[in-house]
Amino acid sequence: MSDPKQQHDTSNEAPGFFDKERNVTIILRVFYALCALLVILDFVVHRHIYTDFEKIPAFYAIYGFVACVVLVVIAKEMRKFLMRDEDYYEPTEAEVPEAKEGDN
Amino acid sequence: MWITNLPPFIPFFIGAILLPLLPNKARYFALLLPIWGGLNLFFAATPGDWVSMPMLEFELQLMHVDKLSLMFGYLFHIAALIAITYSLHVKDKLQQTAGLLYAGSALGAVFCGDLLGLFIFWELLALTSVWLIWARRTEKANAAGIRYLIFQVLSGVLLLAGTLLHYHQTGSFEFTYIGLGSMASWLIFFALGIKCAFPFLHTWLTDGYPEATPTGAVFLSAFTTKVAIFALAKTFPGESLLVYIGAAMTCFPIFYAVIENDLRKVLAYSLINQLGFMVCGIGIGTELALNGAVAHAFNDVIFKGLLFMTMGAVLYRVGHVMGSDLGGLHKTMPKTTIFCIVGAASISAFPLFSGFVSKSMVMAAMIEAGHEYLWLMLLFASAGVFHHAGIKIPFFAFFAHDSGLRPKEAPNNMLAAMFIASVLCIVIGSYPDVMYALLPWENEYVPYDITHTLTQLQLLFFSALAFVWLNKKGLYPPELRSVNIDMEWLYRRMMPAIGSRIAMRLGQLRDDSNAYVGQLIAGLPKVSESSAYSTAQLTRRMAAILAIMLLLGYISRNL
Repeated sequence: MSDPKQQHDTSNEAPGFFDKERNVTIILRVFYALCALLVILDFVVHRHIYTDFEKIPAFYAIYGFVACVVLVVIAKEMRKFLMRDEDYYEPTEAEVPEAKEGDN
Repeated sequence: MWITNLPPFIPFFIGAILLPLLPNKARYFALLLPIWGGLNLFFAATPGDWVSMPMLEFELQLMHVDKLSLMFGYLFHIAALIAITYSLHVKDKLQQTAGLLYAGSALGAVFCGDLLGLFIFWELLALTSVWLIWARRTEKANAAGIRYLIFQVLSGVLLLAGTLLHYHQTGSFEFTYIGLGSMASWLIFFALGIKCAFPFLHTWLTDGYPEATPTGAVFLSAFTTKVAIFALAKTFPGESLLVYIGAAMTCFPIFYAVIENDLRKVLAYSLINQLGFMVCGIGIGTELALNGAVAHAFNDVIFKGLLFMTMGAVLYRVGHVMGSDLGGLHKTMPKTTIFCIVGAASISAFPLFSGFVSKSMVMAAMIEAGHEYLWLMLLFASAGVFHHAGIKIPFFAFFAHDSGLRPKEAPNNMLAAMFIASVLCIVIGSYPDVMYALLPWENEYVPYDITHTLTQLQLLFFSALAFVWLNKKGLYPPELRSVNIDMEWLYRRMMPAIGSRIAMRLGQLRDDSNAYVGQLIAGLPKVSESSAYSTAQLTRRMAAILAIMLLLGYISRNL
């Protein structure tokens, strides 16, 4: 579907910032450090507690992680019975006359 | 300069009538409409104003100003300004005309004072917005537009039936609290429910919006559903059923969003998810919750519009928005990338971005109302939003693997529109009082405290961590060229299949019976060969029939 004119020859391009393995690694390390910091803060800062669930240490961090993993795992399973071909609803033109013959 | 008591839809309708008559360049003047209209509303309208017009034997209230309608009035002017700016490069005046009429109808609906007026603008919303889908001018869009229109008109018919029944029972057309109970209220409830995209009634949205033009989707995402939220907040606040419906709406679409390939369809699902938060807020019905619901509607129009704009820019430049075939676009569309990230941060409710200051109000109200488990569902949905709208959209479009696509940066008018929306997202997120000042109910909510900021950051960072981990482990579902079946399967596959099967069976039955009758006729003795009939046989049969008739006559007389 994509316009072939936009498919540039990218072999001569200088690699971008995100193409370099090292830059991505640095970004991820900073990100892991921030995650760790947020958990540590949970024990340092006194946060208000409104529900029983929140008494669990680092409840929000655990919940966020688990929720997303569960979400993705279930969604992946859903694909097994929900996923169809891209032209499931609109059969390509070649198939249309065939379908019509069947209806008669 | 300012005109008091001017129903806000009138300038838009006049503009829409003039636009097709004027030369092409005149479309730039369309920008003045929302600017002047918004300022006029700001300077000249005060709560309590009203204008009415006689219609048949009723008084039709064309304008009825209160704080709630004023807030939505400002919002729709901002949304119209952004959407018109975004569509300035389009030379197809059909889209701009339809957009103006559509925005005008939305304004008409939020300012009308009675249910009859609501019905009129409700139907106008449907009839004007469908052109934004048809303007794509593809066969797929034509069919999707018709399906969209059927749902919208059905909603209108339910609203009219409910309104008339309500009038019959109460003698009033007043557009105010109704509450569930009577048959009329259920009809109105379902009419609003269709446009609010309640579960099972939502497919018009996920089916129609991704087929709209790049600019059309921006208009569409702003108005229809928010008018429905407005109407729901006015007629059914505090209806506990809504809390459960809303919670379901926040959760089910995110599963679809994770596996959907068409990125504008991902946004359509995420729109339902955001509507779920608003519906929850309306269902709780406390001042905090209602404020949260309308504040979230306000922010959602801007950040969801922003996300639709960035994907519209990709669609405009690349020709499709399939996650499986995109990636690496940040190299040539850096500005669009940044705007997309702002939109993504806002919808995910990052501190300092607009989603944070409104979604947290609904969450807090949920705890106050004692719905702890539903609150957990909303928290799950919050993490899920970040996952599919916050990370997936920018990641698969602009980063991920390099697709080799090197499209040009979006046109300047598109960038300008995205810039306005981004600034609003950040300003509202950082100085929430700007928006809180518009809230219709008493508000003392303070979004920024340590607990709140820390817990939200934990939730979001660890959701992101899950994304990184799943990706590194190769567990993350790849983007695949596919469609996922949803409720629309019922009317796009099952019902047509049943229909054609019934037609086939009937056809078969007709053929069979024709053949059978033919056989029967062939089996009958031919009159010309009546020599087989003897006179004696005939006499005997006549006698038998006479005897039976005598018997019947005897029985019937003695009964």
